[in-house]
Amino acid sequence: MTVMQKKAENPVAHLSARDIEDLGLELDAIRAQVIASRGEHDAAYIRRVIDAQRKLDLASRAVLLFSLFPPAWALGTAGLSVAKILENMEIGHNIMHGQWDWMRDPKIHSTTWEWDNASPADMWKHSHNELHHTYTNVIGKDNDLGYGIMRVDEDQRWMPFYLGQPLWNFINACLFEYGIAAYDLEIAKNWAGRKDNAEFQRQRKAVLGKIRKQMTKDYLVHPLLSGPSALTTLGANLTANLVRNLWTHSVIMCGHFPEGVQTFAKKSIEGETRGEWYLRQMLGSANISGGKLTHLMTGNLSFQIEHHLYPDLPSNRYAEIAPKVQELFERYGLTYVTGSLPRQVGSAWKKVIRLSLPNGFLANLKSARRPVRVAAPAADASGAGRPFMERIAA
Amino acid sequence: MTTVLPAYAPWRTATSALRDGAARFAQLVATPLVPADYLDLVSPLRSGAELRGRIVAVQPETLNAATVVIKPGRGWRGHVPGQYVRIGVDVEGVRQWRAYSLTSPAGRPDGCITITVKAMPDGVVSNHLVHEAQPGTIIQLDQARGEFTLQDARPDRVLFVTAGSGITPVMGMLRDRGDQLADVVVIHSAPTQEDVIFGAELRWLAATGRIRLIERHTDADGMLDVAELDELVPDLASREIWACGPTGLLDALEQHVQAAGLAGRLHTERFRPTVLVTGEGGTVTFSGSGTVVQAAGDTPLLAAGEAAGVLMPSGCRMGICFGCVVPLREGAVRDLRTGELTTAAPGDGVLIQTCVSSAAGTCDIDL
Ligand SMILES: Cc1cc2nc3c(=O)[nH]c(=O)nc-3n(C[C@H](O)[C@H](O)[C@H](O)COP(=O)(O)OP(=O)(O)OC[C@H]3O[C@@H](n4cnc5c(N)ncnc54)[C@H](O)[C@@H]3O)c2cc1C
Ligand code: FES
Repeated sequence: MTVMQKKAENPVAHLSARDIEDLGLELDAIRAQVIASRGEHDAAYIRRVIDAQRKLDLASRAVLLFSLFPPAWALGTAGLSVAKILENMEIGHNIMHGQWDWMRDPKIHSTTWEWDNASPADMWKHSHNELHHTYTNVIGKDNDLGYGIMRVDEDQRWMPFYLGQPLWNFINACLFEYGIAAYDLEIAKNWAGRKDNAEFQRQRKAVLGKIRKQMTKDYLVHPLLSGPSALTTLGANLTANLVRNLWTHSVIMCGHFPEGVQTFAKKSIEGETRGEWYLRQMLGSANISGGKLTHLMTGNLSFQIEHHLYPDLPSNRYAEIAPKVQELFERYGLTYVTGSLPRQVGSAWKKVIRLSLPNGFLANLKSARRPVRVAAPAADASGAGRPFMERIAA
Repeated sequence: MTTVLPAYAPWRTATSALRDGAARFAQLVATPLVPADYLDLVSPLRSGAELRGRIVAVQPETLNAATVVIKPGRGWRGHVPGQYVRIGVDVEGVRQWRAYSLTSPAGRPDGCITITVKAMPDGVVSNHLVHEAQPGTIIQLDQARGEFTLQDARPDRVLFVTAGSGITPVMGMLRDRGDQLADVVVIHSAPTQEDVIFGAELRWLAATGRIRLIERHTDADGMLDVAELDELVPDLASREIWACGPTGLLDALEQHVQAAGLAGRLHTERFRPTVLVTGEGGTVTFSGSGTVVQAAGDTPLLAAGEAAGVLMPSGCRMGICFGCVVPLREGAVRDLRTGELTTAAPGDGVLIQTCVSSAAGTCDIDL
């Protein structure tokens, strides 16, 4: 099975095993520099973001007490949407990655944080940190890749079910937090009878408990507090959650789905070295270009490549290391996939639509190249580079 | 036998029910956070909050020592002079907990407490407090603890033997109860006259006849030899003794007093544990957080875990308070003070003090 996305050329054919290990060492050095310089400035940053987010959340909910009045509805809904996005992305996602554990503040720690989302923190940490970040873009192992309901590579056999995948993807986007909870629960695995039932029941209870609390807050308590504005506040909260879901889904789709991002076969990662692991992260992720606000609102997942190389470095430092990482891409002849948010979202959607159809169906769609088997690497004199390449091209 | 029935107080039941209800409701409003997370934004020192304090002033005492004046939060329950308080300060973004003796008398009118810190060479927290801490900073606090106090005994004759920063708990006692102690001798050692923390105040107490002060400047006069004590304080045998200072001094004093048959009279406070041995080191897994570290044989597990970002409970950091106790799920650790080996098989969950234990092979800690 071809795993690199259909490309006329194999993107790593020119790298020897030695090159890949050197690349790993250079990436390790960048990591070490950041760790050595973590300090007060970084701690102040995350505290500032948390402080601002909580104040925005409080203020927005206060404004929504008067949501019967349309300008208050608009202002409160916008504020609450932003607060929820910040909480999920720059704060929750990154804290649960352990990016701030070094501060040893029990209130800002991966083991104590609970986020404003349907999926309980400990379950999300397992499926995200352990599965997605370990098996990045490995088909069949990485749930984030198509969430198990979509066809993400030309080599996956096409079935009529996939015709609906643009719709499935849109529904998943609208209900994203529940989608996340569902696949953190590994419902599909449970259906297939491959999950320990007692464990599944325990987790199901945890998810339902969390969802109940979340819903009680957003759809019952806060509306009731709004008195005459109860219905409009309910609407505002529904809207804010929807906006948050659509936004986070879009950002996450941009991370691994746009054209140019590679996917990998299960077999290709057996016995992977550290250098090869780094290389897979580099080829399997895509960035979003933009200004400071874009980076903040995407939780710095706009630096998806840097985040995948260093999932536990503080997010505020990705911007600073991005030029160094990009320089490595250039020096090692790799493509740093990046683009504006609209472009990357468009690209990802195009791929979703393309793959919903049998291969080659839209031969005239520009990016739908005919499948070309990745060339076996021209073995260099030493024969170095073969194993990884063979695994990739196998 | 008489039984005291609680007075019938329906209003009290009603208010407490109301309060419980309000708390539960606030929790529903704040989830997934807790109401305190929002209240902390505006009032970190309020009653009911986790105990914190605000640094009000940092006053230099000597070139490398300073007194930090702290306004504790509403939950502060007060202290008995001689006790210490644990504080958590963020140094370069990292939360560090250390213990410091309280140097203020109990119940200062302004409600503040003080600690007095001597900067240690390379000391992370002590240097920060002495040279960098800014008034206005919020720090974490714990309630005062410690047995090194005058208790209720009001001995007629008291001897304080201190050295360096060891004067701190004693100063707290003198400031609080100085007037009530009839006969006090203070023997204090420091490298030079300028290095004597609270030098002016001690000399003033001596000048006004409240204490007899024997100042020892060790750069010029050499270290105090406990054998000199009998000469310096001829009525030693009739005194209750409180001593605080470096390990060497305290160990020698303990032996001396024991030999004189006065062991029950001596109270000591140590600022750091006496390390006897080192362990073998090994791979330590903190199974709760999935963190794995290589710990050296002379590194307490507490320090090894903290360095890796694990949230380690801690207290005095020197083996006396048991605030750092956690279950060892499997493996072997060595007590740095005694060399004693503790092992655990899976399922044992043997409780160990991480601040004075180091890895003696592979271990798995339940954190
Ligand atoms: C009950 C109790 C009361 C205390 N009261 C006071 C007090 O009133 N005033 C005060 O200044 N300190 C006091 N201490 C000591 C204090 O808690 C810290 O250990 C001290 O400030 C050093 O911390 P640091 O972070 O600066 O040093 P660290 O960064 O932890 O250590 C730096 C270096 O200093 C050495 N070191 C650490 N502690 C000492 C020490 N006490 N003597 C000599 N070397 C040391 C270490 O081995 C290391 O090499 C007390 C300790 C205890 C347990
Ligand atoms: S921290 Fe006090 S005994 Fe370990």
